[in-house]
Amino acid sequence: MNAIFDAWHWSISGLMIALVMFLLLMVGKNFGMSSNLRTFCTLCGAGNRSDFFKFDWKSQQWNLVVVLGTIIGGYIGSEFLSTDLAVAIHPDTIEHLNSLGFKSAGSSYLPNELFDSAVFLDLKGLVLLSIGGLFIGFGSRYAGGCTSGHAISGLSNLQWPSLVAVIGFFIGGLTMVHFIFPLIF
Amino acid sequence: MRTLIYLLIGILFGITMFKSEAASWFRIYEMFRFESFHMYGIIGTAVGMGVLIIQIIKRFKITSFYGDSIVFTPKNKGVSRYLFGGLIFGLGWALAGACPGPMFTLFGAGFTSILVVILGSIFGTFLYGLVKDKLPH
Repeated sequence: MNAIFDAWHWSISGLMIALVMFLLLMVGKNFGMSSNLRTFCTLCGAGNRSDFFKFDWKSQQWNLVVVLGTIIGGYIGSEFLSTDLAVAIHPDTIEHLNSLGFKSAGSSYLPNELFDSAVFLDLKGLVLLSIGGLFIGFGSRYAGGCTSGHAISGLSNLQWPSLVAVIGFFIGGLTMVHFIFPLIF
Repeated sequence: MRTLIYLLIGILFGITMFKSEAASWFRIYEMFRFESFHMYGIIGTAVGMGVLIIQIIKRFKITSFYGDSIVFTPKNKGVSRYLFGGLIFGLGWALAGACPGPMFTLFGAGFTSILVVILGSIFGTFLYGLVKDKLPH
């Protein structure tokens, strides 16, 4: 049972993601989560401001149901399938995070310093999370997909554009962690 | 019935994102520092299996559960949009430590602060829609 209640091994996790992609293909859909962000915009009336949001959102209704499932899955995973939420990252990573001021490294699922609900009262945390979200939304739509659409679906279909996008993900991620983090934390 | 299937697939995905720790900010940070194989193992296994699955579907012309042919729409040509868009996404992914799937998983797991990231990403998508015609694609 520990195989379920402990953190899942990377190989099991990878197989499960491939299974999710396979099941979506077998029901005639494509695995891609960031499209939902565009649908949310359309639902909020963004079609009045840009034609990019003028599309029949009902064609994406299935994907919104997948989002709902993803939320429920997070609840089930944390509430019923986990005994210890601490993420056992590498000791070197913990040490480095401690030096940046992240004392919760190695003992929680997310860094309390950024994600504690007190963040709603903390200007710096609010700004950082907002900017992070902004870049995620802008970048994934600009690139035409995110981790699921490019790194998983796209690479699995051996599409060159997806490889370029994934290289972009890494240039961005490495820049953030190695050059920008030391400036902001 | 189909709605229920989408819901179940989503639940499976959500559980996987949480239990694999791919939804953990710490794992993303560790990945970009190359200090663990964990995330590379997850993505590598998923893509390896994914390539196999898609090759089999194409080779044997496997149809969906409903008997329709499975179509793969190729991405538009170009480099700029993928490189620049990808780069911007990567900056956000590393900062917020979540991508558009796991952010919903985290909300379900009770981390209400992730709502800031979700709202930010919806607004970011909106901004892209406003300026897209001025960007190189």
